[in-house]
Amino acid sequence: MLQNHYNITSFCRIKNNRIILNDQVVFSETGHFSTFIKSAYKTLGVKYPKFFKMDALSKLAFIAADVLLKHENITPEHEENVAIIFSNSASSLETDRTHQTSIQNKANYFPSPAVFVYTLPNICIGEISIKYKLYSENSFFIFDTFNAEHLFTYSNSLLESQKADKVLCGWVEYDGEHYDAFLYLVAKSEGITHQIKDINTLYNK
Amino acid sequence: MDALKQELKENLIEQLNLEDMSPEDIANDDMLFGDGLGLDSIDALELIVMLDKNYGIKLTDPKEGRAIFESINTMAAYISEHRSK
Repeated sequence: MLQNHYNITSFCRIKNNRIILNDQVVFSETGHFSTFIKSAYKTLGVKYPKFFKMDALSKLAFIAADVLLKHENITPEHEENVAIIFSNSASSLETDRTHQTSIQNKANYFPSPAVFVYTLPNICIGEISIKYKLYSENSFFIFDTFNAEHLFTYSNSLLESQKADKVLCGWVEYDGEHYDAFLYLVAKSEGITHQIKDINTLYNK
Repeated sequence: MDALKQELKENLIEQLNLEDMSPEDIANDDMLFGDGLGLDSIDALELIVMLDKNYGIKLTDPKEGRAIFESINTMAAYISEHRSK
């Protein structure tokens, strides 16, 4: 049994046209995801032109992580050992569909390299790692539903074995017009107790 | 040739998702990669696809792209000479 003396220091949710950091709404705007997330990027002062080249899943994960990491004063200028463990159920299905459409017709066969590079869900972890210069452990898991137990066990294992000082965990899902990001940071600092029931409580808010 | 250069600038902005940029922001002799527009390797592949899709030009050796994609001027000159559509 793993010991648990770690806490959830911050959590961020992006769902239903709102971005919520630690129970406080930091951005909201009506409209489809593409306009909502672009507006969030500009309003929140994110400066990273490559953002506009990302697919929807990466944009979702990137903004959620950016809001949370900035709040935690984690910056690219100061190297920190922050591991990333993400999960979802749709993998990169939305971008997979776009790619499939581009190769469906043999007479009009023009797959886009810029689309193809996002046909893996863990690319969103790469985008965050590049921006924040994170060189630590990372994994992306596919589950039918949100799996707090797995995230809890894996993040504790990384912290206990000193593979990471902090772990950015959560769920980033994008499928059709359905999107939902729930990210939280686990560390040996003050915060909400890091237990499976606490993770589920935050997720189910 | 001027119409082709304008078309290339519009296509570049749209297909490479160059946010907040208009054709007027791109000079004909601006470097597209490196210190110019800052395009990357995926953008280079995207430009190769664009040459094929829009102008019927197949680059068999991606290394050729280095000279062709130097600027709007070099792209327009190459397309004018080699286009099949």
